[in-house]
Amino acid sequence: MIYRSLLPRDLFAEFERLQNEFDRTIGFSPSIRGAAQRYPALNVGSTPAAVEIYAFVPGMDPERMEVQIEKGVLTLSGERSPVPAPEQAMTHIGERFAGRFRRVVSLPDDIDAGAVTAQYRDGVLHVRVPRREAAQPRRIAIH
Amino acid sequence: MNDQVANPQTPAQEEAAALRPAVDVIEDAGGITLLADLPGVPKEALDIRIDGDTLTLEAQIGLSLPEGMEPHHVEVDLLRYRRRFGLSKELDAEQITAELAHGVLKLRIPKAAHAQPRKIAVAVG
Repeated sequence: MIYRSLLPRDLFAEFERLQNEFDRTIGFSPSIRGAAQRYPALNVGSTPAAVEIYAFVPGMDPERMEVQIEKGVLTLSGERSPVPAPEQAMTHIGERFAGRFRRVVSLPDDIDAGAVTAQYRDGVLHVRVPRREAAQPRRIAIH
Repeated sequence: MNDQVANPQTPAQEEAAALRPAVDVIEDAGGITLLADLPGVPKEALDIRIDGDTLTLEAQIGLSLPEGMEPHHVEVDLLRYRRRFGLSKELDAEQITAELAHGVLKLRIPKAAHAQPRKIAVAVG
């Protein structure tokens, strides 16, 4: 079957079988709105001082992302441009997300929306939403 | 190349669980471009290996989390990415170039000179 080597998929075949057993796909969920609704993947945590949100949104121009807080809901939105394909190119695998995205995170009541910071590093957007001073546990000195 | 999937010579070593990065693989006349989403990976935590005709991407997420942070909602639950690809003979593994920017890896694997398309002029006699 010499002609088989001319088939494009043979040029860059994958070890699917080996992978499937161990690997998990980021953000896979059978949502009625499809996978795009789950992009980017989010991790959310908190400390007594702040709510920490990590969005895994690689390859972005920070100018093309927006973080908004309104009525206790944080919205992250933006657009990821598709890769411009060179002429006569053939796409063998096309899994990377492209297009507009939007995700929302409900915040607790005690946040200070005026002191939010956002930092984009290595393709992860880290948003820190501080809690109001009064809400933080304070140690009262006993005299 | 597909036969590699069932290749009994593939080492069945125990491997730590890893996330599988989303990739785009685009071929043009000169070679293959592979784009892999590796958010959270700094340059020094990226490992690209070629072993025979197998290309392995492995990378570690290097997030610095605040001390004592309690997770509430976790979608990225592993700190490692891994994915393997089989390379065919016409690709020149020696000439691979790699760039990592904002968590996206771009690999360029050119075709070996003998595999480049050549236009044959047809003489009209």
